[in-house]
This record gives sequence, structure tokens and C-alpha cells, in this order.
Amino acid sequence: MKKFEILNIKDTRSGFGEGLTELGRSNPNVVALCADLIGSLKMDEFIKENPERFFQIGIAEANMMGIAAGLTIGGKIPFAGTFANFASGRVYDQIRQSIAYSGKNVKIAASHAGLTLGEDGATHQILEDIGLMKMLPGMVVINPCDSNQTKAATIAAAAYDGPVYLRFGRPKVPNFTALNQKFEIGKAVVLNEGTDVTIFATGHLVWKAILAGEILEQQGISVEIINIHTIKPLDAQAVLASVRKTKCVVTAEEHQMNGGLGDSIAQLLAREFPAPIEFVAVNDKFGESGTEEQLMTKYGINTPNIVEAVQKVIKRK
Amino acid sequence: MADIQKLEKIVSQVRRDIVRMVHQNNSGHPGGSLGCTEFLVTLYNEAMEHSAKSFSMDGKNEDLFFLSNGHISPVFYSVLGRAGYFPVKEMSTFRSLNSRMQGHPTPHEGLPGVRVASGSLGQGLSVAMGAAQAKKLNGDNKLVYVLMGDGEQQEGQVWEAAMYGAAKNVDNVIATIDYNSAQIDGSTDEVLSLGNLKAKWEAFGWKVLEMNGNVLSEVVTTLEKAKSLTGKAQPILIIMTTQMGNGVDFMMGTHKWHGVAPNDEQLKSALAQNPETLGDY
Repeated sequence: MKKFEILNIKDTRSGFGEGLTELGRSNPNVVALCADLIGSLKMDEFIKENPERFFQIGIAEANMMGIAAGLTIGGKIPFAGTFANFASGRVYDQIRQSIAYSGKNVKIAASHAGLTLGEDGATHQILEDIGLMKMLPGMVVINPCDSNQTKAATIAAAAYDGPVYLRFGRPKVPNFTALNQKFEIGKAVVLNEGTDVTIFATGHLVWKAILAGEILEQQGISVEIINIHTIKPLDAQAVLASVRKTKCVVTAEEHQMNGGLGDSIAQLLAREFPAPIEFVAVNDKFGESGTEEQLMTKYGINTPNIVEAVQKVIKRK
Repeated sequence: MADIQKLEKIVSQVRRDIVRMVHQNNSGHPGGSLGCTEFLVTLYNEAMEHSAKSFSMDGKNEDLFFLSNGHISPVFYSVLGRAGYFPVKEMSTFRSLNSRMQGHPTPHEGLPGVRVASGSLGQGLSVAMGAAQAKKLNGDNKLVYVLMGDGEQQEGQVWEAAMYGAAKNVDNVIATIDYNSAQIDGSTDEVLSLGNLKAKWEAFGWKVLEMNGNVLSEVVTTLEKAKSLTGKAQPILIIMTTQMGNGVDFMMGTHKWHGVAPNDEQLKSALAQNPETLGDY
């Protein structure tokens, strides 16, 4: 198993903030909108450097999505930021009609996604947003694994012409991918090559998959680990190439089992290369208050759950 | 000075287009469309500076219009077609398969003149706010117009955008409400009274004008006045009283023509009341 060096411990939202700051300097068309969560979204630096290109919308997310759509008419590239729950479910119809169906070049910056938002509880822990967003025709859905990758994804999203849902989180997590890496939307990243099983992971679960891979290696299991940072469009070629080799699959994500990454992989495999698959995801439950580690354990999306899923799926080959 | 006779001619033709479009597929919304005909004809042929022949999505250095109450698509399509955005014969595809003229307007099929989809209500004013802010960033001093329905005022997002417009001094927007006092389930008073709409918008910080939207000369002068009030740190709203079905006698004074098409006999009668002035599509 390849060794991964932890560069530092950092939240993915900080990567978004850094990416936005860099875009503020390099692209005069990039503008930012926020619904009363500047600090949470790490937008301070962008705002300090580009006050005229920042729009404080107040607690009015529906209006924010409409304004973002309007700003694209005139050539702006808006990043509309708020918590993932308020950036997806709360404003689904605004995103559907004014952004996706209208083909607007809006980047939805969705922070504090998933259980790892922690103590605020289920009202804020959206676990359905990947599903909601991937169902919209033409919407790109990105869920980077660490802070450096989130920065790169932010910059890549601005260069892409079309609506993007960029999902990231609140907690400080291992930052292990390269700073200023090349980020290709829709291109899976093979982190570790193996032969017995493929783990497809996204977001915070990528690091958990690496930890699981190290445990499984001790048990003599050779694990291929692939970071699916772009859930849509899915890198079908990379998924199929790996599963043709390993013949069984575990998916891992901080999301409901219904509608998440696992769904997308299973659908592809059912069509092209049926193989045993296990899903590490939240199974039809709302979250609750707690620390991120407590919640990931209670809701079955921590390292031991990935290890267990691998052991189970290999037996099904 | 506005050429009222010229506008009247266009109005007559647009009314014909509306009832013919709705009749041909037995589908669409004639009532609200007819009520807003004078307004949209004046907007596109008198008030707005726009380039129909070279449509660009960005619309830089031209006035923009957004239709928030998208169900009155027949009048929007007719006015755009008659202004030269696309060949008028395309109106024969309204609400048909593979058409750019969807039931509700959208840029999805690439119809020139349409910059955002509408139909699900309450979203147009927000989009107008964004487009207006982009104009300010671009140093573009042209204006952004938006039309909403009266029933649409029941949507909360309208008031989010209203609060935003005044708080952020978005003074390059002229919004209009089509106040025909009717919606699908009955009068606005019966369904959910709008209360004192003027006082509400004024309390939100908007400069509010009122006009009878079915009197061309009044529409012309009110739009002129609204334009003269832009750029003064305050967004402008026109509360436009209209009669649903205006110009077709049997469609007036009732809300039942909100989303109902005329039959062959009714079409004949409607056309007889509105002479062909620019050539039917």
C-alpha cells in the first residue's frame, strides 16, 4: 500500500476560500455571493481584496440563486455560497429553473455538507444533496477529498462553462493531496493500485478509505482505492477498468445510500459489468448532534465500516 | 413623441397572434397575455433600447427584459417575433413538439430574446436583480425591466428580492406588476388578498408608480417617467392595473380565460375584433 503523507490538518472549506481568493486575483469576472455565512465559507479574503465583486444577500437563499443566475447575464462567474442544506434542498426549484434549465454558469458553493457538520444536528446535516443535484440535467457535482483538492476544484469550476455544485465540509481533516494540483472535472484519481477489491470513495470518506486500505493490507487484501471527486459526470472508463480487474466493489460516501455515489456506480456496473457491491453510506436516516467521529461511527460510515464492507464483498465474488 | 397609432397597429396584430397561437394547439394562457399586450408592445417598440437582430445572451449595453410570470408566453413570443427576434412564422410551433416556443419561456432551446426560464413563479425579480448588478459592474448604464403577476406576489421569493433591491440601491431596475386581480382559483381577494400592495412595496423602500396598463398613452408616459426616476438609489415599481382578456370582449371581466383556449367560433369573433395590421404568421 502506498504511503500518504499528511501535509497538515485542514478543513476543505478553507481550500474553497483559497481557491476563491486566487480566482479573485486571476479572473475579473469571478464574483461571490453569500447568504450571511462569510466566515463559515472562508470568503473574507476575497471580499477584502474585491469588495465590489462581493454580494451580501442576507438570509435569502432563493433570492441568492436567482441573483447568481442574473449575474451570469453580463458575463459574470458567480460563486454562490452557503451551507449545503440551504444551497440545495432549500432552493431546489430556483436551481432547477433559473440555473440548470436556463443553462447558467453558476457555481454553487455548498459548505458544511453531511454528518461532519457535527453539533448543529440533522437540520443542517444534509445527506441528500448529491442525489438532488446529480438528478438535474447538465449539473456537474464535485465533492473533493481534502483542502488542497477543494482549492483546485474551485479554480477548475470557474474555468468550466456551466452549472457546478461544489460540495465541501466543516471539519479539519488530513490534507494529503498536492497543493496546486491539476484538477480535471470528471476524472477519477487512482490513489492506490490493488487487485482484490476496488473502493470508490468521495469527499471525507477518501481518507477513511486509505486508513481502511492500510488495515486490509495487514490482512493480506490488496485494495485499489479510487477518489471519485466528480460524481457527475462519472468517470465510467476508470470505474470499469478497475472493476474488470478487481471484480468487486465498495463505495464510501458521507451521504444517503439512496441517490449518492454508490447509486451512480451501481447503475453503471449493472449496465456494463455486474459485480458484487457494498455501500458504505447513511442508510435512510437523519443525523443528530455529536462530534464528527462519533457521528461517522454511529451512522456506519467510518473506517471499520469500510473494512467490514470489503471483507463481505470479497466473499461474494 | 411616441407614435400611438403605430403602437395600436402592433397591439392589434399581437392580440391576433395570441388567440391564434392558443387556438392552434388548444392550449395556453390568453387572458393574462391580452391584458399585458399594450405594456409589452410599448416596452419593446418604444421604451427599451435593444437589438433584436443580433441577440446576445449577455445583453451588454442594451436594456433587458425578464418575464417572471412565464405563463403569458403567447404575448411575449408575439412581441419578440414582431420586434424581429425571429421569423414570425415560428409562432405556428407554439407548444408543439421540437419547438423553441415552449409552453413557458426558456433559453434551453435557444429562442432569441429569452434569457432565463420562467414558469415556476417568483423567480424573475431575483434574476433581474442579478442582471442589474452585472450591468453596474460592467459600467453599463442600460436598464433591466421585469414583469410579474399579481398572484405571483404570494410567493415569498418576490419579497426577498424586493428587500434586496431597496437595501442595495438597485436603481437600474424597473419592475412591473400586472394587477388584473385574478388568478387560477378566483380573484386575488378570494384566494389570498394582496392587501395594500402599493403600501407594501413602498414600505420595502421602492418608488411606486401606478398606471392603467390598457391605455397606450398612459403606458408610454408612465414608462418614460419610470425611466427618468432610475439612477436615484431606489428601485422602481409600476403597479399596472389591467383587464384580463383585454381587446376580446368575451374574455374580459372574468378569470375563466386564464388558461383556456378559444374554440373555432370564438377565435373567429376574437379576430373580427382585432384587424390584421402586420400580416398574420
